[in-house]
Amino acid sequence: MFKKKISVILSMAMAVGLLAGCGTKAADETGDIKIGVVLPLTGAVSSFGKSGQNGIKLLEDQVNKAGGINGRNVKFFFEDDEGKPDVATTVGTKLISNDKVVAIVGPLTSGSAIALGPIATQSKIPMITGTGTNPDVTTKGGEYVFRACFIDPFQGTVVAKFAAEDLKAKTAAILYDNGNDYSKGLAEFFEKSFVAAGGKIVAKETYATNDKDFKAQLTKIKPTKPDVILLPDYYSTVGNIAKQARAIDITVPLLGGDGWDSADLFKVGGTAVEGCYLSDHYSAQDTATLAVAFRKEYKAKYNLEADAMAVLNYDAAKIMVEAIKAAGKTDGPSIVAALAKTNIEVVSGKITFDKNRDAIKGAVILKIENGKFNFVKKLVP
Amino acid sequence: MDFLQQAINGLSLGFVYAIIAIGYTMVYGIIGLINFAHGDVFMVGAYFGFFASTNLHLGFIPSLLIAMGGAALCGVIVEKIAYKPLRNSPKLSILITAIAMSVLLENLVRLKMTTDPQTYPETLLPQKIIHFAGLSIDNRQIIIILISILLVIILQFIVFKTKTGKAMRAASFDKDAAALMGINVNSIISITFAIGSALAGAGGVLFGILYSSIDPYMGIMPGLKAFVAAVLGGIGIIPGALLGGLIMGLVETFSKVYISSSYSDAIAFSILIIILIVKPSGLLGKKTREKV
Repeated sequence: MFKKKISVILSMAMAVGLLAGCGTKAADETGDIKIGVVLPLTGAVSSFGKSGQNGIKLLEDQVNKAGGINGRNVKFFFEDDEGKPDVATTVGTKLISNDKVVAIVGPLTSGSAIALGPIATQSKIPMITGTGTNPDVTTKGGEYVFRACFIDPFQGTVVAKFAAEDLKAKTAAILYDNGNDYSKGLAEFFEKSFVAAGGKIVAKETYATNDKDFKAQLTKIKPTKPDVILLPDYYSTVGNIAKQARAIDITVPLLGGDGWDSADLFKVGGTAVEGCYLSDHYSAQDTATLAVAFRKEYKAKYNLEADAMAVLNYDAAKIMVEAIKAAGKTDGPSIVAALAKTNIEVVSGKITFDKNRDAIKGAVILKIENGKFNFVKKLVP
Repeated sequence: MDFLQQAINGLSLGFVYAIIAIGYTMVYGIIGLINFAHGDVFMVGAYFGFFASTNLHLGFIPSLLIAMGGAALCGVIVEKIAYKPLRNSPKLSILITAIAMSVLLENLVRLKMTTDPQTYPETLLPQKIIHFAGLSIDNRQIIIILISILLVIILQFIVFKTKTGKAMRAASFDKDAAALMGINVNSIISITFAIGSALAGAGGVLFGILYSSIDPYMGIMPGLKAFVAAVLGGIGIIPGALLGGLIMGLVETFSKVYISSSYSDAIAFSILIIILIVKPSGLLGKKTREKV
């Protein structure tokens, strides 16, 4: 409680300082082009952040090897927000006012992106999140905030449609975190689409962020006999819920979104998540030329398999770099104008932005089999 | 059937709260301090157990003992460096110090271990589902309940049947008079911290086993709820802490089931407010204390 208050006060103080300093700031025309990156490098979703960082570092190498942005090298400044909105505003403000970055890539989680977006817009610093799927990220963030991925209404619809049509589910239960924007949004849009598709929601239960005990909710869900259970949360929580669900003999498939996609899902969840489905931005079995090339270079640099978070953050950073290149200048309004005109092919597919500055992109459904995410089908908007 | 199943869920959670609450209550009983760092000692215990089981590849009982020892050491160090020099200062200074120790412990562990959640090894206490009369019971829940009961019995034995226990009770009754009777009050206070912290450490391991993952902030919520449990049962009274813990676990579980999972924490904490209004000394508390 105390810590939260202190960090809110600190970040407010920093935001005020930032506004005061705004008028005197002049964009550098020489030297490295600095781009800030806000990712959860530690905390409950650290595996996302680390993959994202790997992806962006790979891009940095590639861009600088190929001559940088219009002859200037690009340098990414990484900050850790632990996946917490209050930390995101603090480190984001630091990037803008101390490090004088010209743009921000991230934050990775929706909650953090919603918190940082308005600050970026106020400071006229373009921001692009690779994975913040909640609709509020761009609507509340303002005209400087872009998003390189699909949004939760689309993701929720995709999962609901897949459950109703492909899994022939008639009833579904939802268990979500009512303190997390991503989880709440996905639950809400899944419910809407599933009911519209003729399904019935038989149970809807919540928990608080950082809760570890889900037995009461699961025991309550069990007698309603749902055909599927939606768990719209991040991998570490989902693994835990899945385990507790299997312990009381809930055997139906569990469904989720892009928050599941991490190898760490299996570290916590083990075999409890076998046979479950999730929607995602990208499949590691994608055979497009760019995707194959990216996986090869990523593997060569890190000796790791590239996951969706690596790809999406790489893509987001790439879109930003290309926009700065196209703008030819590093001031906010020029970069934003160039971003709006984006029409390039990146690893996860072709990218254009709609009027809400959201990417127009398809989704894939993956199935978990033998500790791997296997491609099932691709759905386009 | 569902009711019974949920009662078991509530009891296993309640026993974990109870053994944390006992530490709160023992420390309060002897020096009148709400040790807000206690929830973090619980977390430190969970990490000791984690190391013992993953790095040293020890089994359940040795890991549990190492965690209890580690937590006891941690509790005593905190007492020696932070609380002892302030023993004659105003209550408020020592309370703020306790909050500072809580933040310090969290951040020390965070520095060393990062905030990444660590997964407790599955093999430490393998899960078996017992099917019995339509119930599916996790064997670990039962083991946790049994271990908690065992620890409480051992504690009762120490407090009421040994010389040290007698000294503890004397010191908690009147420190100065106890000192005049030749009791080394300082060492008795340290022993109290050690026992309370050891219980918290055991709680940490049980929590880690029950809920698989641990992180540096895991102690905050259980710590707060155990504190409420201790106040609920009557702070300073060991059976009260046990009773309070069980009530908290059951209320939390049943309000999730019958009222709303969104409000379960709010309901659990409302109990604290109601108790403070209706019976400020707690359910088992006898004497009415002076106003603060």
